[in-house]
Amino acid sequence: MTVTAKAPPVSDERLSKPRVLDRLVVRPEIGAALGALLVFVFFSAATEQFLSLAGAATWLDDASTLGIMAVAVALLMIGGEFDLSAGVMTASTALVTAILSTQLGVNVWLALLISLAFALGVGALNGWLVMRTGLPSFIVTLGSFLALQGLNLGVTRLVTGSVQVSGMRDTAGYESAGYLFASTFPVFGQEFYVSIVWWVLFTAVAAILLVGTKFGNWIFAVGGAAMSSRAVGVPVLRTKVVLFMTTAFAAWLVGSINILRFTSVQANQGIGLEFQYIIAAVIGGCLLTGGFGSALGAAIGALIFGMARQGIVYANWNSDWFQLFLGVMLLSAVLVNNVLRRRAERVRR
Amino acid sequence: MTTPLIETKDIGKTYGSVIALSDVSTVVHAGEVTCVLGDNGAGKSTLIKILAGVHQHDEGSFQVEGEEIRFSSPREALDHGIATVYQDLAVVPLMSVWRNFFLGSEPTTALGFIDRKQGRAVTKKALSDMGIDLRDVEQPVGTLSGGERQCVAIARAVHFGAKVLILDEPTAALGVKQAGVVLKYVAQARDRGLGVVLITHNPHHAYPVANRFLLLKRGRALGSYEKDEIDIEELTRQMAGGAELEALAHELRAAEA
Ligand SMILES: Nc1ncnc2c1ncn2[C@@H]1O[C@H](COP(=O)(O)OP(=O)(O)O)[C@@H](O)[C@H]1O
Ligand SMILES: [Mg+2]
Repeated sequence: MTVTAKAPPVSDERLSKPRVLDRLVVRPEIGAALGALLVFVFFSAATEQFLSLAGAATWLDDASTLGIMAVAVALLMIGGEFDLSAGVMTASTALVTAILSTQLGVNVWLALLISLAFALGVGALNGWLVMRTGLPSFIVTLGSFLALQGLNLGVTRLVTGSVQVSGMRDTAGYESAGYLFASTFPVFGQEFYVSIVWWVLFTAVAAILLVGTKFGNWIFAVGGAAMSSRAVGVPVLRTKVVLFMTTAFAAWLVGSINILRFTSVQANQGIGLEFQYIIAAVIGGCLLTGGFGSALGAAIGALIFGMARQGIVYANWNSDWFQLFLGVMLLSAVLVNNVLRRRAERVRR
Repeated sequence: MTTPLIETKDIGKTYGSVIALSDVSTVVHAGEVTCVLGDNGAGKSTLIKILAGVHQHDEGSFQVEGEEIRFSSPREALDHGIATVYQDLAVVPLMSVWRNFFLGSEPTTALGFIDRKQGRAVTKKALSDMGIDLRDVEQPVGTLSGGERQCVAIARAVHFGAKVLILDEPTAALGVKQAGVVLKYVAQARDRGLGVVLITHNPHHAYPVANRFLLLKRGRALGSYEKDEIDIEELTRQMAGGAELEALAHELRAAEA
């Protein structure tokens, strides 16, 4: 293709046929959607319970909290950063809420608010440190991962003398807060957890934000080329800090769902989950290098996770197979993403 | 004489102990091209980064339309009508042409969402007004050629009402033909009344479009010429360090005598 000085012709002969395919291939969630369909069909055929309402309620629930985190992590990854503290953060927020309300007698709603402020503070600190030091977020958030892990165990042991906090059921405000975060609702006589609704809502808001707003445009831009974005006036620092805070917010949401559903929390919970979030986001089409990906894709990535994890249980297989499945999914996703990126980025002179 | 869009007097900048720029003076007028020439490490990028608000000067005076100024961010420079197109940083490759075009100035609907239809239409129109004919503004910018990317960035600056357009080595990575195309758009921006700062180390790219030349070497001004004061042979000779060689020969002869 060349640049010419004449006005564009009405119908451009250079618009060749493969364009539709090109467009489709550029949609990052296509691969994940196909994968999800495959997994769904496979376990529907291979097991009895998978395709039942009870089955769906189980695997959707499994996918929901993972999905909320995966979507937030996907936004952050599109913005060019990682957050290794995201998994531990789901425990930290639950612990703050639980300790405040069970040990100090604070109303659950107030405890949730304080816990939210704590989460947003840690998120902002993560973002600010990454931007201020210029260090890779991998290292900075590895630091906050370790720090939070230490705090979770240390403070819990100090306050309760054990490594868990329980007794949420007897706290003031538990009923009403539980209704919002941990209740179930019936669909055709089957109870579904409300976390699924949170997941769908969170995904929808993130997806609209990402492709439909200025801020979403900035997320792609700061992840794709931070300096170019800055040069045209995009507030890079603010965008990235808000993304870290969004991840922290999601961790608070998931922490709240967990503590109100299980009414107790282990101080060592959440460790290792951060990689599941990243894996789900990558399966959903996010590039590890930033600047490309999809919120919907990450939600589908989490759905694949949930379906496979529960499907393997229904099939009575050993859960070891789940790890193998994950590995294969991840590798194929990374390979597909790589091809997509090269298509989009290939330089023609 | 009208007030220049940009005027620097004896401007200087150090990075720690590295003196990247010192005592450099130049002007940029509306409808004219000021060309900054120099070898690698001469301080060309440092100079324009000061003009563009990426860095701040440590010495001298920097005036925009007669007003002493010190930008704290590229956004501030943009708000003063100074737009910069960096060689490698002109665009975000994975984003579509129209999203790149509007990056940082996205058109929104009444509800606050990005107005994609308008975004696409305006981009197409603005590009074709500049004589740039793209088949599809929805394709990622990464699929464009190097020259086309520079053109999109130039068209963007022109469209958003820049008064000064700064181009950092827009032709450095391009073939002869593509470089010619980019220079044509530079001339077009100039003819639309923008003041242009063009950075290059190729005198053959600079000479046809420029009104004045600023030669930099090791952070200092080697010379500053209006177009009628210098021809392309002399410009090339100076760029190649000819004057310095002569001075050296002169000194050697003086020492011998
Ligand atoms: N951010 C920086 N920190 C330290 N030194 C720098 C920085 N940027 C440029 N320099 C130095 O300043 C001098 C001028 O560089 P630059 O303006 O990039 O030159 P040019 O664009 O003409 O090739 C070089 O010696 C370079 O090493
Ligand atoms: Mg340079």
